[in-house]
Amino acid sequence: MSLLLLIEQVLNGLQFGVMLFLMAAGLTLIFGVMGLINLAHGSLYMVGAFAAAAVAGFTGSFVLALIAALAAAAAAGALIELLVIRRLYDRDHLDQVLATFALILIFSEGTRYIFGSFPLFLDIPAALSGPILLPGGIYYPLYRLVIIGAGLLVAAGLFLLIARTRIGVQIRAGEADREMIAALGVDISKLYTLVFALGAALAGLAGALVGAIQSVQVGMGEPVLILAFVVIVIGGIGSIKGALVGSILVGLTDTLGGVLLPPLFATFMEPSSANAVGSAVASMAIYILMAGVLLFKPSGLFGGT
Amino acid sequence: MKLKSLIAAASIAALSAGMAYADAHGGKVKVGMITTLSGGGAGLGIDVRDGFMLAAKGNENLELVIEDDQRKPDIAVQLADKLIQSEKVDVLTGIIWSNLAMAVVPAATAQGKFYLSPNAGPSALAGKGCSPLYFNVAWQNDAFNEAAGSWASENDIKKVFLMAPNYPAGQDMIAGFKRTYTGEVVEEVYTKLGQTDYAAEIAQMRASDADTVYFFLPGGMGISFMKQYAGSGVDKNVMGPAFSFDQGILGAIGDAALGVKNTSHWSKDLDNEANVKFVADFQAEFGRLPSLYAAQGYDTALLLQSAMGKADVKDAAAFQAAMEEADFASVRGDFSFAPNHHPIQDIYMREVVKEGDVVTNKVIGVAASAHQDVYGADCKM
Repeated sequence: MSLLLLIEQVLNGLQFGVMLFLMAAGLTLIFGVMGLINLAHGSLYMVGAFAAAAVAGFTGSFVLALIAALAAAAAAGALIELLVIRRLYDRDHLDQVLATFALILIFSEGTRYIFGSFPLFLDIPAALSGPILLPGGIYYPLYRLVIIGAGLLVAAGLFLLIARTRIGVQIRAGEADREMIAALGVDISKLYTLVFALGAALAGLAGALVGAIQSVQVGMGEPVLILAFVVIVIGGIGSIKGALVGSILVGLTDTLGGVLLPPLFATFMEPSSANAVGSAVASMAIYILMAGVLLFKPSGLFGGT
Repeated sequence: MKLKSLIAAASIAALSAGMAYADAHGGKVKVGMITTLSGGGAGLGIDVRDGFMLAAKGNENLELVIEDDQRKPDIAVQLADKLIQSEKVDVLTGIIWSNLAMAVVPAATAQGKFYLSPNAGPSALAGKGCSPLYFNVAWQNDAFNEAAGSWASENDIKKVFLMAPNYPAGQDMIAGFKRTYTGEVVEEVYTKLGQTDYAAEIAQMRASDADTVYFFLPGGMGISFMKQYAGSGVDKNVMGPAFSFDQGILGAIGDAALGVKNTSHWSKDLDNEANVKFVADFQAEFGRLPSLYAAQGYDTALLLQSAMGKADVKDAAAFQAAMEEADFASVRGDFSFAPNHHPIQDIYMREVVKEGDVVTNKVIGVAASAHQDVYGADCKM
């Protein structure tokens, strides 16, 4: 394998990781601040993608589509927080899993009811399509570079929000001690709705950005949700920094594992079986990574105690 | 999620008056359809159902019970038990996926029920596991790929890059292509089932010296791959079996699919009387272009009704013989059954083109004429 190909694959892994971060950030915030396991996070990702596809189809503008995705996912997030999630904070995790799983089914069938069973069309804007030549002679799709940039920008914004603003202080305080900040006069229920809508908006943004290069269809959120859970377990539950590091680790492991493992196995096995075994091990790579991290750091890389 | 439909009740007397199905044998046939109507891949099941219902419209002797398997083998098995034991159906049909077919078909035929496959043709059911009561009206899994392999060999395609998901149907499809392809296979990549990002594989394609990429990625996987491939600037030719370029998903891929070659036993522009009528009727009834799944559902219902006109379903031997004749006007043109009850049919090479604003397929030639699968030799019935 040439160095150029390797660099291209590292970029691919980075892009995948950055997308995962947008999903995992919301998930880890919600878990960290409210102690809630939200399985319906993948549905919010789907809502973002469908809203973007619908608006792009109607207006032809990708920027409007992104705004619509953010707005629709945030609205859907705020709505389910007010109607359903709010009643679950004091329940145990099993009840939360049950209720949010029901939300997945409701969102999926609701989306099918509105948009039908066939995948929707959402394309990248013409200005961002096609490859560009990077220094060193690598052709790389411009849109994927934009995704990397957008993801890193969101990550930076999120760090500033959490570290520098009043809302960030309240979120961190909420993570540390819920009763105490309520006693200090912070409207905790409003804060919860806000955090939930923020997490949902990030998921919706991820859905819209990825929807343009993948298939916008019912059920698209669930595979990503599983990976996002792996990310927050690796990174440490509740930690934004952990989510970022975990996402990039998972993205790189998954991409490079799929590329490097089959040839590695081929050095000592027959080509056909090496291919099969290599592909199989590559699919497991991120879970092996997770098990390894948990072995040495049971609460994740940046987890609390 | 459960959907029951009684064709007989829904049809209007005016329509059925002129139909010739009120046959001398007088037997009504109750059909149980298990297909995927929700979750990923629901578009395929919906098309099979709609095609079947279009062909069976107005036939009072055909009673249809439709159930949704949600693409889950365990649910398909439960539904089959229910249809056989409490609904007492005579014929089962509808399954889209090979793994679901493997879970349901052997048990159903063992209980003496006919099964007509409107999609999915796992090799096990074409060879050693064949049954006198099992009829495949679609194709054996390898068929499109064998045709594509021989077409590629004849059309001077020298080096190919192969890609499919890492599961039995994916491996069957690639094996089918390699069986008839005489050029060089530069690389063979198996991806995760359900994978949505193909950046890593596309980079491998760019780096390889293959002139053509041949892939099998059904449903959403194919949409994702084609959109990403088009954006990557890699300019190798693309080929595949029809499943990734069918009418239901071409709309979601858009212009990115233009120029792709794909093999299929059916295309909406096939010029035969049955097909012209089918395409027009389907559009009039459902307001969209039919897919190959709809064509298969339609042919399945035509086959069933042709046998109903000749024999009583209670007389299994006579009904089987009537089915084997395949005495119906298939939308694919010539159609007959091989001894293992799998189709002998022409397989065409199609190209994705744009007609006005609609991205669709056009036949550019015959890839394999009177194609028959290779597993029939192992079938003893």
